[in-house]
Amino acid sequence: MTLEAGILEARGLFMGRRLMNFSAVLRTGEVTAICGPNGAGKSTLLGCLAGLQPCSAGVVRLDGDPLPALPPRVRARALGYLPQSPEVAWDMTVEVLVGLGRLPWRGAPLHRSHASEAENAAAVEEAIAAMDLADLRRRPVSRLSGGERARALVARVLAGRPRWLLADEPLANLDLAHAATLVARLREQARAGAGVVLVLHDLATAMNHADRVLVLHGGKLAADGPPATALREDTIARVWGVQGRWLGERSEMALSVTGQGLTRL
Amino acid sequence: MTRLVALLLALLALALPLSLLAGRVWIDPFDPQVRNAAVILTELRLPRALLALILGAGLGAAGAAMQGYLRNPLADPGLFGVAPAAALGAVLSIFFGISAGWALPLFALIGAGGAMALLGLIAGREGGIALFTLAGMMIASLAGALMTLAISLAPTPFAMSEIVTWLMGALADRSWREVWIAGPLTLAGLGFLALAARGLDALTLGEAAARSLGLEPRQMQALIILGIGLTVGASVAVAGIIGFVGLMVPHLVRPFTDRRPSSLLLPSALAGALLLLVADCLCRILPTVGELRLGIALSLVGAPFFLHLLLRLRKGLA
Repeated sequence: MTLEAGILEARGLFMGRRLMNFSAVLRTGEVTAICGPNGAGKSTLLGCLAGLQPCSAGVVRLDGDPLPALPPRVRARALGYLPQSPEVAWDMTVEVLVGLGRLPWRGAPLHRSHASEAENAAAVEEAIAAMDLADLRRRPVSRLSGGERARALVARVLAGRPRWLLADEPLANLDLAHAATLVARLREQARAGAGVVLVLHDLATAMNHADRVLVLHGGKLAADGPPATALREDTIARVWGVQGRWLGERSEMALSVTGQGLTRL
Repeated sequence: MTRLVALLLALLALALPLSLLAGRVWIDPFDPQVRNAAVILTELRLPRALLALILGAGLGAAGAAMQGYLRNPLADPGLFGVAPAAALGAVLSIFFGISAGWALPLFALIGAGGAMALLGLIAGREGGIALFTLAGMMIASLAGALMTLAISLAPTPFAMSEIVTWLMGALADRSWREVWIAGPLTLAGLGFLALAARGLDALTLGEAAARSLGLEPRQMQALIILGIGLTVGASVAVAGIIGFVGLMVPHLVRPFTDRRPSSLLLPSALAGALLLLVADCLCRILPTVGELRLGIALSLVGAPFFLHLLLRLRKGLA
């Protein structure tokens, strides 16, 4: 992994009515949160950034290269993507599940692998350690709790050692403690030089843990900046139609909703 | 995993010679007094045993691939409509009275190829799995309806009985010709399925995650259509419809693997070969009036198995 900052740049993205003229430049080393009400286009945007969703117009560039021009395996090695669904179709052990993250490195059938077996094993070990799964490595996925399963799925992404980690609602269905642990571990990844992009519906999490927040509203970028700027109370009122007030100190902020049902103009 | 493969290979090595000796006429290797033993062995038993191995391997691997592709333990290669379409081809050749020699398998292969092309046309552009499954089911029910139509309009009672008997699926009275038809096609199909193995692993995590791991859905779908079409098409072309192998075998084998679809393919092929070889032997030596048809025998075992599976899944879901 180079220490040079990586850049994921979206320019003029359109995708039906779900995404309209979205542009932003994302950097490695930061945790970027994508926030917005239901149907604002958050998942669509993440899919576009991950190169999984074709855009009707505009382009996403990874360090200058347009994503559609990259071979799928090269893209897969750089961009780790965690979908919202925690699907694991077969009841494999945590270790085997995490190992699936190495698939982009194993090369196409009939082609030489791009990583040695030792490298693959080392990456899996590292991911298991990073997500604190050592004790669970031989446990089948069906016997994991929701929080453990979420961690195992993140470890699956980390095993590919991607430069970017794009996760769609990674904290959904997690209780407070598990969510806090997972966020802390994702922050560590960003500190270690990865680009972390999270779709978050919980504004307090975004406020407390993101370096940068993109607020989407009706497919358009409504606010962009550090959390304190992007998630100002008037923005929340305009985008979510909820009147709230931030209470507390930095990294322990809570949104107190004081009024609801504001008419939107 | 490798221990499982070794065990299955050992069982096959044991079962194959035994199967050559078993039948209406038992051959005692230490007392070669049976008349025409050499002919029975080389012209009847050996091609039949090889055919059981070939078809079993193809059906077992196709089932494993199908379950991996659809991420559903209840999926069966028959779902894709390739088997019914191949059967329709064969039925038509009997219907029109041109089933002699190579004609029947050829018609069946044309049917299988047509179903594969249709599947590719309907679902190929997007590579989506749901549309693919629906298209397969539609092809299956259309082929089924046309077969029933052919039976009801059969020109002679003889043709009708020939169609019905053929549909039951069997390995009796097959020769080296069938081996030469099914062998290369099944081998090619197995090759395509092997190429799809890593993609099947990626699909464990769902379609979106699989694509993010570098899976190309259209390429994957082409491999699956070719792999399952060739293995299943070849098997129907030479033996009629032999159900449940593709459903049962991956289930029996899965608990002994690490549950990745890719590590299931080879053991499923070997176990499928073993199952069909043993089942065909049992059909041959059971003291029934006529020989029990292999397709019927497997359905008699397979349907309760399926039910057991459903009950177990229901318990898991409850």
